[in-house]
Parts: sequence; structure tokens; C-alpha cells
Amino acid sequence: MRSLLRGLRPRLMAAFLLLTVLGAVGAAGASYATARTLLLEDAQDSFMNPLVQNVREYAQRLTVPPSQRDLDDFAAFLRGSSVVTFEGMRSGNGPDPSFVPAEMREMLESSRTILWQRRTDMINPYVVVGIPLLRADGTPTGVEVWAVTELTATQTAINSFSTAAWVGVSLVVPLALGLALFTARGVLRPVRRLGAAARALGSGRLDTRVDVRGSDELADLARTFNAAAEQLEASQAASRRFVADVSHELRTPLTAMNAVTGVLDEDAGTLPPDTAVAARLVSAETRKLTRLVNDLMEISRFDEGRNLLELDDWDLGTAVRDTLAARGWTGSVEASLPEGVVVRVDRRRLDVIVANLVGNALKHGGVPVRVTVRPGVVEVADHGPGIPADALPHIFDRFYKADTARSRSEGSGLGLAIAWENARLHGGSIEAANAPGGGAVFRLRLPS
Amino acid sequence: MVLLVEDDPSVREGLGLALRRQGHEVRAAPTGEEGVERLRESRPDIVVLDIMLPGIDGFETCRRMRSHAEVPIIMLTARGDDFDVVAGLEAGADDYVVKPVEPRVLEARIRAVLRRTVSEPSSVERHGSLLIDRAGLQVLKNDVKVALTPTELKLLLELSRTPGRVLTRQQILEAVWEHDYLGDSRLVDACVQRLRAKIEDVPGEPGYVHTVRGFGYRFGPR
Repeated sequence: MRSLLRGLRPRLMAAFLLLTVLGAVGAAGASYATARTLLLEDAQDSFMNPLVQNVREYAQRLTVPPSQRDLDDFAAFLRGSSVVTFEGMRSGNGPDPSFVPAEMREMLESSRTILWQRRTDMINPYVVVGIPLLRADGTPTGVEVWAVTELTATQTAINSFSTAAWVGVSLVVPLALGLALFTARGVLRPVRRLGAAARALGSGRLDTRVDVRGSDELADLARTFNAAAEQLEASQAASRRFVADVSHELRTPLTAMNAVTGVLDEDAGTLPPDTAVAARLVSAETRKLTRLVNDLMEISRFDEGRNLLELDDWDLGTAVRDTLAARGWTGSVEASLPEGVVVRVDRRRLDVIVANLVGNALKHGGVPVRVTVRPGVVEVADHGPGIPADALPHIFDRFYKADTARSRSEGSGLGLAIAWENARLHGGSIEAANAPGGGAVFRLRLPS
Repeated sequence: MVLLVEDDPSVREGLGLALRRQGHEVRAAPTGEEGVERLRESRPDIVVLDIMLPGIDGFETCRRMRSHAEVPIIMLTARGDDFDVVAGLEAGADDYVVKPVEPRVLEARIRAVLRRTVSEPSSVERHGSLLIDRAGLQVLKNDVKVALTPTELKLLLELSRTPGRVLTRQQILEAVWEHDYLGDSRLVDACVQRLRAKIEDVPGEPGYVHTVRGFGYRFGPR
């Protein structure tokens, strides 16, 4: 809802609409006003000009003060469209002078010019014209000519004109909206593509790139995005390469050291006590270091995508039982391993996953450790203290230690990360959670 | 006698010491060329061959050794890369161990490879144009002796023991390589390829060792 109201599209559409309506209404309004004035003036002129002409012509023959007969004659001369008044008298023909508004009558008494008013207090608009007759010295004679005419035809013309203006505006509005949508699409499409690419980049897919189209600012932005992503990918590749290289360089000396740890162990008993302790220490640490380097190499291979799956159909329960047996865990783990659950997996990698999960549970969880096989699922539950809530999201991170007091774990610190990568390579997943009754539960899900 | 081909002096010395403690006689060579020469003059029971070597690399050394003798070869892969493993097996290695190698693991593999050919008091079997002599531990094809490595021979003996029956890769790994679990089935695939190249009439159309997709292999002449 938020994006619907605040998005770029509605804002663009609102702006386009506002501009269009303002422009159209402004233009239509201005031309309407001009046309209206012109039409009205034209109508008034065509009514008033002959009237004034006739009044002027007759005024020369009029005697002041006029008699009733003079007034009648005058009005007749004006062909009945007007009424002529003089101090309470009025011509017998012509319209009833009550149509003249009081204020106009009052104004005309002191006026030396023609007065006219356009009035709209009736159904149809009309024009009232008052003409004072003056003496030669300019003082009013008291004789007044009043005329009235309706402007119905003119008003109709004006109305149809305004209707046309409104129709024009209403036709332009959808056009403007369409244009706004089109423009918004042109802007929003690349913005949306960039947004999706940024999300992908943020989720770790550093090989994400966007298509650069055109040469506008958005294309520039896309180019900048691609350059940034490339940089990020290169620096990540470099750091991974470094880890791989370091591990590789450690390998040769470790092979030599590892080859002789057996000799140290065997002969430690015959060495002086201090030397024996030192020999056993070197031997044990060499083995740990070997494990760490092996795990680092394995992780590097995952990072570089060099690990391949060798899929085959295996009985899940049997495979897990073999893994437990091979490591001598059969006696220390409660297992529920029904046969008949067939999965398509890389057997070696499945072994790595299960061994790491069970090894982790035996090391950090509490007894009893329980391993359960269900269709497509291997569950490893322990009865230890469980995983702290703040550690749960990081439990599969490399070298992550839930218990910060433990300076160095017995394993490489990469076991769960390797298990997770192996599960992912299969298209499966591992979830870590705390059981309602206490203890941690790791659940391996394999694709069916 | 073990021939150890390894360029790093410390690894050579360390592994040599460990192997000697296990009761092997050890000859060492620092390069592939020297390794091939030693192989010719000393006739070792097994070769432990590093892949990363100066001069000709481990793959090429393996190929040259294979052209001289049917000696079992265990590769030391420095990277543990799938590519290295596959290339090593294609070059003719019988097995491989990833560095840094556990001496126990290397010893177990060596023992397994050396155990591979045990003669059995059994009659001579004929399968098509193949003659398998279990007692004499030799295979004749059209009355000509086929030069098989001990691993290839043991694989053929295992497969031909139950003609027509499908053996899974895992079963073959356990029987021939003595890998108790976690075996790398590519060992089987690579060895089957080499065996086919030696015994099949048309290697592209196997007549003796048939692939059963998704399961393993089955022996049986057409």
C-alpha cells in the first residue's frame, strides 16, 4: 500500500495530471473569457448602436417638456423595443419600465452618458440600456429612453463554447495519464531491474550484472552498478584465492610433519618426560592443524565452485548407520534409522554432513544424542543447553563460536559451515533450532 | 619395496621414515624422470607418486611408468581437486591419497593395493575370447596374454566371479580397493575404462564389462 501511494509512478502521474489540467483549464478558460467578452460586446453593439442612432435622430424634433403624445410618438419611432419616460409619465407602447432596476434609474438622473447593464437575475441573461436626453448645454432634460433585450442566442453560443472547452480538457486528461504511465515505465523498469540486481548482490550473488540500455542517467547508473559489482567480485575472489593459496602452501610442510607424528607418538614413551610431553604436544597439534588446513581447502573449493556432486541412490538409514559405525559412535548415539528411505545423494558428502552434525552434538550438546531418519530428513538432536538465540543465525558461519569463553574449539571451527555447504550443493538445507523440551536440533533436508 | 617420487625433501624424508617404520624398504626420487629410471632398475612393488613435480608432472610420470610396467601406483594429490583426481586416475593411477596425508591412511592403501593379487585354486574359465586363469593370475585374449595391473586383474576377477550379476560401485570398491566406506566411485569408473581398453574387442561397445546405469557394472560376454 505504501509503495502504491508513495511510489514514483503515482507521483509522476499526479504531476502530469496536474500540469495537464492546469494547462488545459488555463488555455480553455482564457479563450472562453475572451470569446465570451467578444460575443457579448458584439451582441450589445448590434442592439445598442441602431438604438442610439434612432434616439439621436428623434431627439432633435422633441420638444421639452414632452406631452404624452410626444412620448408615444418617440417610442413608436423606436419601433416598440423601448419605453420613453419623463417625470412619472411613460410612453404607452414599449415594455413596462419596472424592468429597470432602481439603482440604474437613480444613476441615470445625474448621468450624461448612456448607461447599460448586463443582468442575470432572470432565467436568461439580458441587457438593460438607459439613454438620457440632454440639452444643448449638457444638462439632462428628464426624458429617458429605456430599452431591454435578451441575450439568449449569445448565451447559447457561449455555453456551447465552454462545453467544447470542457470536452477538450477531458480528452486531454487520459492522454496525459497515458503519457505519465509510459514515462513512469521508462524510468521504473530500469530502476526495478537495478533494485532486483542490488538485492541479488546483497544476498551474496556477486556475479550479478544488469543490462545497460541506452545512454541516459539510468544507463550510467547501471554501468556504475556493474563496475561496483565487478570490483566486489574481484576483491572477494582475491581474498578467497589468498586463503586457498595459504592453505596450499601449508600443505607440503604439514605433510612432512604429519608423516612423522606417528613416530613421535610411538617413541614418546622412551623419551625424557619433558621431551615426551613436547613430542606428544607437537604431534597432537600437527593433527589439529592438518584438520584445519583440510577444512580450509574444502571451504575454498566450495567458494570457487570446484566441488562436484557424484549422485547415486542410497538408503538413507543404512548410510547414516555406516557413518556412525565408521567413527565408533554407534554406542554413544540413540539412533532411529528405518530402512527403505532412498535418497539421491553424493555418499561421501552425506557422510561429511552427518559426521559433522553428530560430532558437533557430541562435542557441544549433551547426552543423549539422538539421530532420526525420516523421508528426506536426517535429524540430530541433543539434550544440552541448546543454542543461544543470538547465536542461532550465525551457527553455520565460519569459525563462529556460540560460546565465546571457549577460545579454541577442538574442531576446525569449519565443520558446520562445511556441512551446510555440502547440503546446499545437494540442493538441500540444514536448519538449526532449539527443541521445545531443551537441547539443539539440527535438521538436514535433502531434495526428494 | 616402495618407490617414493616426491620433490619436497622434508616430505620425502618424513614419508620415507614413516614407511620404513611400517616395515617397507623405501627408494626415493625427487623428479618424475628419476622416478621412471628408478622404476626400471629397481622393480618396486608399489609407487607412491606426487602430482606436483618439477619437470614432467605426476600425470606424465604415471603414464610413462605405466608404459613400462604394471606396477600399482598411488597418487599424492596436492590439491584434492576433482580435476586432479580424475586426471590422475585417467593417467593410470590405482588409488590416490590427498595431502596432507595421514600415514595410517597411506599405509592402509598401500597394504590394500599390495594385497590385490592373490592366486586362487580355481579352474581356468573361458568367457568368449577371454581366458581367465585364477590360479596362474593371468588373462589371455585370443590366446595372447593381456598385461593387466594388479588392480585391473583383481577387478576383472571380482566381476567375472559372478557373471550376469550386477555389482554396485560400492561393492566393487570394498572388494577390490578395500575401502571400507566413503569410497570414491571414480576409482571404479576409471579402472573399468582401462580394463575395457585392454580386453574389449571394441572399447566403445563393451562386450564383457557392461555399465548398468545408476547401479554399477555387470560382467558377461554377449
